[in-house]
Amino acid sequence: MRLSFLTDTRQGNTEVDDMQTSETSARDAGRRSVDGQSDAAGTAHHGRIDADAEPPSDEPAPLSVKDLTVAYQRKPVLWDIELTLPEGRLIAVVGPNGAGKSTLIKAVLGLVPRASGQISIYGKPYETQRHLVGYVPQRESVDWDFPVNALDVVAMGFYRKIGWLRPVTRTHRRAALKELEKVGMATFAHRQISQLSGGQQQRVFLARALAQDARVYLMDEPFAGVDTATERAIIALLKDLKASGKTCVVVHHDLQTVPTYFDHVVLLNMRVVAYGSTEAVFTEENLKKTYGGRLTLLSQAFYELSKDPRLPRGKKGTSE
Amino acid sequence: MGGTAWRTGVLALMLTLVPALPEAAAVGPSTALTEWPTWPEIFRVITLRDYNTRVVVIGATLLGAAAGLVGTFLLLRKRALLSDALSHATLPGIAIAFILMTLRGGEGKNFLGLITGAAIFSVLGTASVILIQRHSRLKDDAALGIVLSAYFGLGIALLGIATRMEAGNAAGLTAFIYGKTASMLFMDAVLIAATALTAAVFCILFFKEFTLICFDGEYAAAQGWPVTRLDFLMMSLAVVVTVIGLQAVGLILVVALLIISPAAARFWTHDLRRMLWLSGLFGAAAGFVGSGLSALTANLPAGAIIVLTASAVFLASMILGSARGLLKTSLERYWLKRKIARENLLRAMYEWIESCSSAQDPEACVRRAIPFEAMLARRSWTSAEVRRTFRHLAADGLVRPTPPDAYVPTTEGWEAARRVVRNHRLWEAYLIARADIAPGQVDWGADEIEHILDPEMIESLEKMLPEGPGGAFPESPHPIGPHRGDD
Repeated sequence: MRLSFLTDTRQGNTEVDDMQTSETSARDAGRRSVDGQSDAAGTAHHGRIDADAEPPSDEPAPLSVKDLTVAYQRKPVLWDIELTLPEGRLIAVVGPNGAGKSTLIKAVLGLVPRASGQISIYGKPYETQRHLVGYVPQRESVDWDFPVNALDVVAMGFYRKIGWLRPVTRTHRRAALKELEKVGMATFAHRQISQLSGGQQQRVFLARALAQDARVYLMDEPFAGVDTATERAIIALLKDLKASGKTCVVVHHDLQTVPTYFDHVVLLNMRVVAYGSTEAVFTEENLKKTYGGRLTLLSQAFYELSKDPRLPRGKKGTSE
Repeated sequence: MGGTAWRTGVLALMLTLVPALPEAAAVGPSTALTEWPTWPEIFRVITLRDYNTRVVVIGATLLGAAAGLVGTFLLLRKRALLSDALSHATLPGIAIAFILMTLRGGEGKNFLGLITGAAIFSVLGTASVILIQRHSRLKDDAALGIVLSAYFGLGIALLGIATRMEAGNAAGLTAFIYGKTASMLFMDAVLIAATALTAAVFCILFFKEFTLICFDGEYAAAQGWPVTRLDFLMMSLAVVVTVIGLQAVGLILVVALLIISPAAARFWTHDLRRMLWLSGLFGAAAGFVGSGLSALTANLPAGAIIVLTASAVFLASMILGSARGLLKTSLERYWLKRKIARENLLRAMYEWIESCSSAQDPEACVRRAIPFEAMLARRSWTSAEVRRTFRHLAADGLVRPTPPDAYVPTTEGWEAARRVVRNHRLWEAYLIARADIAPGQVDWGADEIEHILDPEMIESLEKMLPEGPGGAFPESPHPIGPHRGDD
C-alpha cells in the first residue's frame, strides 16, 4: 500500500529538490561556519547561525521576541527567549515534549501571561499588529460537537474585519467558501464539524487562518494526527504562502520531515538552543543539545536518513 | 453523540424534577386533583380571558423565551451548572436587602430593592466560583457545589433572622425560593417583557461574538476580542434573566428554564442559529403551557408545572429529535444493517455463481439455483439472518425460491447483484491504487460509485482489474472460494 504513495511523493517533490539543490553551496558554507563558531566560542546557545547569503534587510522582522520568560507558578517554562525570524520562510519549532513549543506560540499571541519580554511584529508591539498574525491552534483545543458547519468556522476568520455587532453576510460566506476551496474542502462546507475526520478538521482550521489574510502565520502542530493526503495538502499550502511572501512559524513534532518541509528551524528546549537555516542549525550536535542526548536510536536513524544525500528528498520509505 | 447536550440535559432534568415533584405534589385537598378542567375552562385560559391569567401566562411565556435564548449560550459555554450556583447565591442577597430595608423603616418587600440585592449576590457567587477555580486545585463541580451550598445556607440563616424581624411580613420571601407565578402583577410582567426584549436584542446583536467565544476562546483572544468582557456580558444577561425569573418560578427552578430548552433544541438541529430560535420557542411554549395548566388546576404551583412541561419537551426531543434523537439514530442503524445484509447476500450469490462454472454441480450453475446451505457457509451469519434477508429480497422481487431449499435470482436481482459487486470491486481497486487518499473518500454505502468518483477515475480502475468470466466485468482482485473469500 505504501508503494503508490512513494511514487507520488517522488514525482510531487521535485520542487523541493530544486529548493534544496540551490542551497547546497550555502549548506557547505554553513557547515564550515558552524564548526568555526563552536570551536571558537565553545558554546553557541542562542546564536543566530545564518548560512543564507542574504544581507540583513532594513525591514523590521516579521516576528521579534526579546527576553521572553514565561513561568507557571514559579516554574519557568520558557527562559530568556530571544528570536528574530526572517520574512517569507517556513520556520519549524522543534523540541522534546514539554519544551514549551506551544507555550511559545501562545506567549507571542498573548494567550498566556509573560513574566518578562517583548514581542514585536514588523517592528511594532503585538497588540497593535494583531491583524497581521494568523493563528492555527491545536485541534484538541476545541469541542468539535459544537453546532456549526465548516463554512461557519472559516467565516470566523473574517469576524475581526466585520467588526462589532454586525452580522455575517452572504458576501462573507462566499469568501469563506473560496478559502475552503483552497484547502480542498469545498464539498464539506455544510457538514457539521463533528462529522469531519481529523485531517479535514485541520484543513478547516487552516482555511480559517487563511481567511484572516495575515502576513505571519503561527501554527500549533498542524501535522499532528493527520492522514498523508492532508499532510501533503498542508505542505503545498505552506509553500504557496511562502511564495506570496508570508512567514509561517510551525510547531512540528516529526524530526524526520524537518529538512524536507522547512528551510528555517528553531531548536527549543525551555531556551533557544539554536535557530537559523535548516542546513546550518539542524545538526547532530545541536539536536543532542536540544534533546539532551535522549535522541533515541530511531530518531537518530531518521536524522541520518534525512541527511543522506544519496536518497531522493521526501522518501519516507524505511522508517514507519 | 451530542455528548454535552445529553449530559447537561439529563443532569438538569434530575436537578429540577427532584425539587419540582414534591412541590407539585404538595397540593391542596384531594378533591382539587380529581376535578379535571372542562373544555370551556380550557378555552378561557387559552384565549386569556381573565386579566390575572393573561398577565401570568404572558409573563411566563416571555420569561421562558428569554431564558431559552440566553441559556443557549450558557449551555454551549458549558456554564449550565454555573447558572444554578448563580440562582442559589441570590438568597442571601434577598434576605440582606429585606433586612436592610426593614431596618431603614421602609417597606421591607420593595421589589426593586430585593432584586438588586439578588443581583449583587449572584454576581458575588459567580465571582466566587471563578476565584475558587483559578486559585485552588478544585475543578468546576467542586467549586460549584461549595459556592452553591455555602451561599444558600447563608441565605436560609439570614432568612430566619428576617422572618423574626416582622412577623408575617417576611412570609412572602419564601416566594423567591419556590416561586409564586400566580401572584404576578402587571408591573412584574412588564419587567419580564423588558428583560425578554433586552435578552433577545443582545443575543442577536452579539450573536457572532458569543458564538466565537463559546466555540474557540483562544482564537478569539488571539484575534483581539475582549473575551473576559464578553464572558461577563453573557453572565450578566444570565443574572438578569435569573433575577427576573426568581419571583415567577423561584430560584431553585429558574436554572431549569435556562438549561432544559436549549438542551432540547440541540436534538433538532446542527445549526446554531436554528438552535437559538428553537430554544426560545421551546422556552416560550413551556411557559405558556405550564402557566396555562397551572391556571386550570387551581392548586398546582405554576413554577413546577412550567419546569415539568419543559422537561417533557426535552424527553420528547431526546427521543424524537430529527438531528440526534434516539428514534432517528436507532432507525438509521437498523436500516443500515438491513442494507448491508442485503448487499452481502447479493454479493455472495453473485460470487457463488461466478465460481461454480467449473464446479461439482454444473446443472445447478446453469439454472443458477443457489442452495441455502452454500450461502450460510459463505459468511459468519446465522441461519435466521440468511433466511430473513432472502425473505426481504424475495419481497422486493429480486429472488425466487425453488424446491430443494435454494433461490434463483430474477433478472432484476441479477442486475442488482452485478451492480453491488461492481461497486465493491471498484472500491477495492481504488483503495489499492490510491491508498493515500482513499480512506476519506471510500463510501461503501454509496449506491453507485459514480456518485463519488469521476468517470475517468472509474475507467482507469476498470482497466486495472482483469476481465472476469462473466464478460466485461472486473474480476475480484483477491481469490474467491466457496467459503468466505473477502472481508
